[in-house]
Amino acid sequence: MANALINAPDRARRGEIIEIKTLISHQMETGYRRSQLGARIPRDIIRLFVCTYNGTEVFRAELHPAIAANPFFVFSTVATESGTLTFQWTGDNGFSATETATITVD
Amino acid sequence: MDRETSRREFLVSAAAGLGLGAVITVVPAHATPQEAQEAIRKIVGSAPVTKGRVKLELPPLSENGNTVPLTVSVESAMTPADHVRAIHVFTELNPQPEVVSFRLGPRAGRARVSTRIRLANTQTVTAIGELSDGSFWSATAAVVVTLAACLEDA
Repeated sequence: MANALINAPDRARRGEIIEIKTLISHQMETGYRRSQLGARIPRDIIRLFVCTYNGTEVFRAELHPAIAANPFFVFSTVATESGTLTFQWTGDNGFSATETATITVD
Repeated sequence: MDRETSRREFLVSAAAGLGLGAVITVVPAHATPQEAQEAIRKIVGSAPVTKGRVKLELPPLSENGNTVPLTVSVESAMTPADHVRAIHVFTELNPQPEVVSFRLGPRAGRARVSTRIRLANTQTVTAIGELSDGSFWSATAAVVVTLAACLEDA
């Protein structure tokens, strides 16, 4: 299954803006390419990426075929409380992947 | 100014000389700048889009259109009363004008996001910032692409 990498600090001061980097392995087949026999290769992409912080959504990206293979995102959020960051990718052909990271805020 | 356009034209024709122009005819249904404008209208509605406040960082020349690093930032205090609601990215000449829409809010702390995109051609990329007061701001960047995405493998 999908391989995801998360780069987020595990400790932060309250109110600090933390930077989060995510990378997931996915071909992101555009649906515009053709095979050697000329048949169109059907689209297979990740459509949605959502990051929630203790259940509250803090970031969302709606993807189109123009996102490069292995979607990579850098975004930020304010460290409000200790807890869990959940990252979820969903896409074509029932694709779904979830990763979590814990953060300690003091 | 004059010098810059002639340099750009030279690069475009140089890319075409490398066979890019010949390959492009194979690609079905390229979007046009008009379609990009329509896609932008679909997002912004009838609201005016003002240039400024948005900073779009893209390399001026990209050797591989399959992965082009893109960073968009919007000047904003990012408070509950005044923040960036969304950032949208559009291209003129990809098969589809929409690239990505980011939704953020005051919890983001700052309005700055990065990703990697595909570019099918040498073209202009537009980023639009949607603010909590309902205003829209934009920035554009021109990228020269030597290896087009969608056509060759990465």
